[in-house]
This record gives sequence, structure tokens and C-alpha cells, in this order.
Amino acid sequence: MDKKPRSLRTLIAVVVTLVTLGALIWGMFFTADYLVLDPKGPIGEAQKDLIIISTVLCSIVIVPVLILTAIIVWRYRDNPKRKAAYKPNWHDSTILETIWWGVPILIIVVLAAVTARYTYALEPSKPIDANQKPLTIQVVSLDWKWLFMYPEEGIATVNTLTIPEDVPVRFQLSADSPMNSFWIPQLGGQIYAMSGMSMTLYLKADEVGTYFGSGANFTGEHFGKMTFDVHAVTGDDYQKWVDKVKENKGSTLTEASYADLAKPGVMGETEFSSFPEGLYDKIAFKYVVDGQSSHHGSSGTADETKKDGTDMDMPGMSHDSHQMGESHPGH
Amino acid sequence: MLDSIKDFASWFFVTGDPLIYGADVSIVLASAAIIGVLTYFKKWTWLWKNWLTTVDHKKIGIMYILAALLMLFRGGVDALMMRTQIALPDIKFLHPEHYNQVFTTHGTVMILFMAMPLMFGLFNIIVPLQIGARDVAFPFLNALSFWLFFMGAMLFNLSFVIGGSPDAGWTSYPPLAGLMHNPGVGENFYIWGIQISGIGSLATGINFLVTLIKMRAPGMTLMKMPMFSWSVFATCIIIVLAFPILTVTLALLFLDRFGGAHFFTLDLGGNPMMYINLFWMWGHPEVYIVILPAFGIFSEVVATFSRKRLFGYKSMVFAMLVISVLSFFTWLHHFFTMGSGADINAFFAITTMLIAIPTGVKIFNWLFTMYQGRIRFELPMMWTIAFIPCFVVGGMTGVLLSVAPADFQFHNSYFLIAHFHQVLIGGVVFGYFAGLYYWWPKMFGFKLDHTLGKWAFWFWNIGFYVCFMPQYSLGLMGMTRRISEYSWDTGWAPLNFISTIGAFLMGIAFILQVAQIVKSVFKHKKVSNDPWDARTLEWTTASPAPEYNFAVIPRVRAVDDWWETKERRAKGIADDPQPELEPIHMPKNSAIPIIMSVCWFVAGFGFVFGWWWFYVPGLIGVALCMIARSFSYDTDYYIPVDEIKRTEAAIRGSV
Repeated sequence: MDKKPRSLRTLIAVVVTLVTLGALIWGMFFTADYLVLDPKGPIGEAQKDLIIISTVLCSIVIVPVLILTAIIVWRYRDNPKRKAAYKPNWHDSTILETIWWGVPILIIVVLAAVTARYTYALEPSKPIDANQKPLTIQVVSLDWKWLFMYPEEGIATVNTLTIPEDVPVRFQLSADSPMNSFWIPQLGGQIYAMSGMSMTLYLKADEVGTYFGSGANFTGEHFGKMTFDVHAVTGDDYQKWVDKVKENKGSTLTEASYADLAKPGVMGETEFSSFPEGLYDKIAFKYVVDGQSSHHGSSGTADETKKDGTDMDMPGMSHDSHQMGESHPGH
Repeated sequence: MLDSIKDFASWFFVTGDPLIYGADVSIVLASAAIIGVLTYFKKWTWLWKNWLTTVDHKKIGIMYILAALLMLFRGGVDALMMRTQIALPDIKFLHPEHYNQVFTTHGTVMILFMAMPLMFGLFNIIVPLQIGARDVAFPFLNALSFWLFFMGAMLFNLSFVIGGSPDAGWTSYPPLAGLMHNPGVGENFYIWGIQISGIGSLATGINFLVTLIKMRAPGMTLMKMPMFSWSVFATCIIIVLAFPILTVTLALLFLDRFGGAHFFTLDLGGNPMMYINLFWMWGHPEVYIVILPAFGIFSEVVATFSRKRLFGYKSMVFAMLVISVLSFFTWLHHFFTMGSGADINAFFAITTMLIAIPTGVKIFNWLFTMYQGRIRFELPMMWTIAFIPCFVVGGMTGVLLSVAPADFQFHNSYFLIAHFHQVLIGGVVFGYFAGLYYWWPKMFGFKLDHTLGKWAFWFWNIGFYVCFMPQYSLGLMGMTRRISEYSWDTGWAPLNFISTIGAFLMGIAFILQVAQIVKSVFKHKKVSNDPWDARTLEWTTASPAPEYNFAVIPRVRAVDDWWETKERRAKGIADDPQPELEPIHMPKNSAIPIIMSVCWFVAGFGFVFGWWWFYVPGLIGVALCMIARSFSYDTDYYIPVDEIKRTEAAIRGSV
């Protein structure tokens, strides 16, 4: 019994450490900058709603289970003074079993329905607003930098994006490197950028601001350097920016300078006043063997995308929705 | 001449990093020490006869567990190195290239060379004892499985000092892992290390499936089988169906790298996405391969330490079999963001959520096993109780990840990292620890020190939450996995620092466990057959069990047969009369498994470097071993009755 004060002291020490640590961590959790939970566009907004809905639905089961665990473990501990019942052979109850098969099934049914609805609504290749003409930006993941091409403006940038607010942006994504993933958390979820195929992702910024973007999938040595800022600006500022980039004739992207750019290496932000026409298609479909229906998207997909590239005024973005399916390998 | 040797050596050996030189020195010193001790105490023959050539499932199990703990150390050091770099990215502790190697080996080692062998170790030690058998169905194959695993693991670890470690992630996705982007030998080490040990894993799956079907004691119908054995049964079904996929996938990847094939290349009609599909067709079931036995362990532990029958036995069996079937229909959730389209994403999102149902049911059944029981807080039970809240929360974040459109925001982020570490540590590691503490007396005849065990328990648990809870937040803050550097404005630094503190707490916990084992080895009390007052057959035989396990094969009447027997004895009802002892048929030791596995190692090493003068002799050696085994007829013997009597008397006398 004389050991008690010492174990009490240990207990106090442990509790004090835990509380300090807890307070520290708690503080950090609250001062943190949760990009995913602070969306600035409709896609991110919907995804945040979905995260909240699914968390709440799961909590219906999780919270009672956690409480029940604590109660049961405390109440039925082996202690000579405890008064709780002990029934060593009670091991079966149809009613209870029905409850805990039934309740999770119901919750999963609801969650499945919600998920299915959102999966179709948030299909990344689906245009955000059919009435509004989107801005197209072609994105290429290189070792270890991002190339962004604005086919409508004829300009290109590296590791920096500028977009007008309130205008849907249609990203076409490919890679001239191992597969990467293009992610701007505050605008919406990511999608892979893969060599030999073209993916589509619609995003929109509702507010002027600077948003963090990164290459989310590992592509080798310096992939951690593949972060970029997305500047969402007003329509006027966007036009001014485009004009400014176009004026700077000193820096153009040519076939030759692209070959240099594509070599493995790290670089900062750059802007080009022009880029070779059809560069994106050349990159995206460089592995497609002519005259043969290949793995990475049939040649039909390639044609379709080329048509998109030249026919940008066409409002018909409908084929985007099935382009995803076709560009998927194995078709 | 000298120059060319120098060039070769600087290419062949990994050079340039003081950390590696330090490791080189410690490896040489440790090997020298082991060889010295064995020679000094003249233990080489003992080692060869009793361990290296053994076919005894209990000894093989112990070797598996030793190897797994060694790998846990290696994987853990990798983890701490990564956490150090991430906590303080500016001190450049690890160059990005080195960091990439470290996370690749951390993942591969932890899943394939730590979790799998720890699991196989427990299978080996417990399953035959629990079903009242004298060994597994194929003891020779069992030894071969172990040595294939061991040599595969050694080959993989060799890349650390020779040739260079793989650096394309434990998933090793092409094109990054293909020749175009990864011309070094590191990926070949990955392929052959896993390939060789993978053959062993598949053989173990078959072996235990047959053992469980054919070798149960008389009277033990399937629905009277202990829950751990059921979990092994469910796991083995998954192993047998999933591991061939891995073998084929890696073989194709190797053909790409070695033979100029184009299965997964970008050019000439190859398809990298096919690799990703195939990898996860194995990879997702693999997660359930390692978690189901943990479920089995919890079921045993919770019943024993609540002194109560497991609640809802039939439901538990059904849930486990449902999980093993469903596990094959969820693989695509690892790449919702690769543009498969809404139909496919919705399908796989729903199949993934479905797994939460049987898993949830199991949690309720464990809780209601404790309900109206008498819970004793011994170490195995402490780990089980810690598991429940941890796994419940980890399972919930898993359901959040399965919601496909939301996964677009979670994928590749630290949220995902936190989730799978929570289910793998909170589920698998906690489970195997519970199993180790629970069955340790059965393996060695003494319990592990309780006080040090409690310290280790609390360090593990606190360390775990301090390490991984911040990572959920970091994921929502936009931090992605596998990066080794980030700038201060991201705001990720403080939480990363906290997370690293947690990782080191777990490191301390591991050291405490090693201390616990060492202390208990030198200072312990011998225990009887049944130190925990448990319920199943493994507790009817001596601790540790004699080589033949049971002098007389038990006859089983009920679920928890041993508990029922004890109840009858308490009521004064006499046991059934024991039949006469008979000579026991046993398998003979064999040197072929270890020799054949060494040949595989040589062949694998040759394939890694493309040296035919290495792999041709290696493969010839493998073939010769197979031929030698086919023509050896002297593979078994009988233990005479007097010897059994002597052994049994000695056991009774010693306790």
C-alpha cells in the first residue's frame, strides 16, 4: 500500500503531460488552414457538403459504439466490489443481432444513395454550367514542373495559373512524365494527368484569391517541388494579364525549347507569349500508334480532342462526358 | 584493371551517404558478433539440426516471428527517418532521392516482410494446436515457405547496401517503375524480393487451408472450430486467390524491364493502368489478408479475458466470409481519380462501403462478449480494448474515403495516410501484439513482464494518436503523401512536428517491448498448460508443447471444448477414459528447404543484375533440390511409446 503515493505522482505527471500535449495539439488543430473545408468554388463546395454528410451518417453508429465501449469496459471489469451481472454462457440474441446487422445496412443504403447521386453530379468531365462558355486550359505534367497552355489566348505558363473568377475552367490534362495528379484543394478534387491520354476536369473559382495547387501523385525525385499558385482574378484583370504576357515577345515556347523544358529538372514560374499549335495533342497522343486502335484512348478520341482544340467556339461540350470513358485504357 | 574494379565497386555498392556507411559498419559488426558467439559456444550443429532444417511448425513459427520483429525494426527506423525529414524539412536530413527510397522500403517491408511473417508465425504456432493436430498438412512445404520468405526478405534488404534501393513507392507504379524512368537495379530487387517470398506466401495459404479442412481433431466440425482458426481459413482463401495475381503482375513487370516486353510501358501498346488494376486486385485483398487473423485473435482474447463465450459465433463466421468475398470487389477505390467514369466509380464506392457492415457487426459482437462478462486487464486484453475505438475511427475514415466524389479531395493526401495507418496499426499491429502476448506462454512457457508491457502499451497508444491524428488535419490542409520538402507558408510545419513526436514515442515503445522480452527471458516464472484460464485446445497441452503436440489426439464435443471440459471437471464429472498411447508418426527434418531457398536467392540476385552466370546456376540448384526431394523416400519416422511416456512424465514433473 505504501506504493500508492508514488503511483499517484506518476499518474499526475502523466495527466499533466497529456493535458499540455492535448492543449497544444488542440490549438494547432484550430489555427490550421483547412483548404479542403474552405472551398472557393462550386465543385469544392459540393465535395465539402458530401464530406460533412458522410461524417454525420457514420457518426450515427460510431459515437454510440465509442460510448458503449467505455461503459462496458468500465462496468464489467473484474473487480470484487462490482455489482454488475455475470452471465458466462449468454452468447446469442436474435434481436440484438438483427439490430446490429440492420442499422449499419440502413445507414450504408442511405450513404450509397447519396454517393451515387453525387458521383454522377460531380463527374469531373461534366461541364459546370451549360450556359456559360468555359475557358480551356491544357495542363501537362513534366518532370518536375507543370506546363499550362491557354489555347484560346495562345499563351503558356509554367508553375503558375491565372484564371478569371466566375468562369468555369475546363482543364485538359496529360503528362510527359510518370503519372501525376492535378489538385487545387480549394477549387475541388484532383484528377490524374497521365501520359498517352487526355483527361478533363471542370473547376470554377467563385472568388478572387490565390489558391494552392500541387502535383499530388509521386513522379520521382523532385515531385515535391511541383506546387503552383492559382490566381483567380476579375475578368478585367485577367484580360490585362493576358495582354501583358502576350506583349513579352522575348519568351516564346517553341518545339525546341519544349524539348528542353521536358527534361527532368526543377524550375520557378515562367510565362510564354506563345506556344506551338497542337503541342498538347502531340504530347497527349505521342504514344498512340497510327492506324491502330491502341490502348490509350482510341484514335477516335484523339481526333475528337483535336477537334476541340481547333473548334473552341463550338458550344457542344457534350462529347466531353463520353470522352472520359473512351480515353480510359482497355477500350 | 584497378580502376575498373574501383568503378564496379562504386556502382555495385551504395556509396556517398554517411547513414549508409554507418549501417554497413553495424551490419558487419552484428554478423561478426553472431558468427563469433555461435562458434565460441559451439552452437553451429545445434542451430542447423534444431532450427535451420526443422519442419516443426512451432519452431518455424518462432523463426517467422523473430524475422518479423527484425523487419519491424527496419521498417520503423525508415519511418523515423522520414518523420525527421518531414518535421524539419529545412535541415535536409534526407535528400529527396534518399527519401523516396526510404518510403518505398518502409511500405514494402512493413506489409510484406513484417505483417505477413508475423501473421504466418502466429498461424504456424497456433493453428495445429488449436485444432488438435500434430503438424500442418505439409510440414516440408511449410519449411520451404518460411525459407523462401526469409531469402526474399534478405534479397530485398540487400538493396540497401548493394545496387541501390527501389524508389518508386511500395506500389511501384509504372511508368515510374518501368525502364524508361527507372533504369537502376532497385526495382529489380523489389520485384525479386517480393516474388520469391510471394511463392512462400501462396504455399502457406494452400498449406493451412488443407490443414484446416483435413486435420481437425475428431468431433471438431467446422462450426465448432475456434474463431482464430476460422479467421485463418478465411484469410487463406483470400491468399490462394489473390497472390497468384501479384506473382503474374510482377512477372510481367519484370519481363518489361528485363526482356524488353511492353505490358506496362507507355510506348508500343503497353498499358500502365493495367498494372495498377492488377496490383490492387491483389493489394486490396492483401489488406484483408492481414486484418482477418487479427479479428480472429481479438475474438479469442475477448472471450478468454471476459470469461464468457464469444457472442454471436455464427454471425462472426458469416461476417468474416462475407468480408473475404467482398474484398475482391473493391480494388478500384484506390484510383477513383483516374477517370473511370461515374458508373464504375459508383459501383466500387458502394462495394467498398458494404464491407463496413460485416466489420461493424464484428465490433458489436466483441462488445457484447464483454457485456456481462468479467474483464481482466491482462496485456492481450489491453491491446484488444485499445483496438476497438482505434479501429472504429479508422474504419469510419475508411467509409469517408469510399465516398467516391469526396475521395477526389482525400486521395493522395495525408488524410489517406492517417486512415490506413490507423487501420493497419490500430487493427493489424495491435491485433498481432495481442496475439503475441496471449500465446507467448504457449510458445516459451513463461509470460512476458507485465509492468514493462504496460509502459510499452501506453507509449504505443499515446504515440499512435499523437502521430496520426495531426495527419488527418494535414490531409485536409492539402498536404500530399511522399513529399520530402515543403515551404513554410503551407502552414504544415507545426502539425508535422507534433506528428513526428508521436512517431518517436512509438519508437520508444518498441524499445520497451524489446526490453520486456529480454527481461522476461532472464527473469520469469514457469507457467502451466493454461496460464490464462482459457477456452480452446491449445491450452490443453504443455507450454511449450512437445514436438508431437498431443500425446493422444483430443476428441472435441463443443465450441470452446477446453472450457467445457473444465466446467465438467468442476462439477465432478470425470473425463472420458484416454485411449492407449500409440507410436506417433512424425515428419523428418530436411535441409532441402533452406538450400533450395538459397538457390532462389542466388537466382534472384542474378536476375536483379542480369547476370546469367548467377541465375542459371541458381535455377539449376532449384531444379536439383526438387529432383532430390522427389526421390527421397526417407522422410518420416515414429516416436515410440516409451519415449512419449518419458516426455509426458518430464512435462508433468517440470511444472
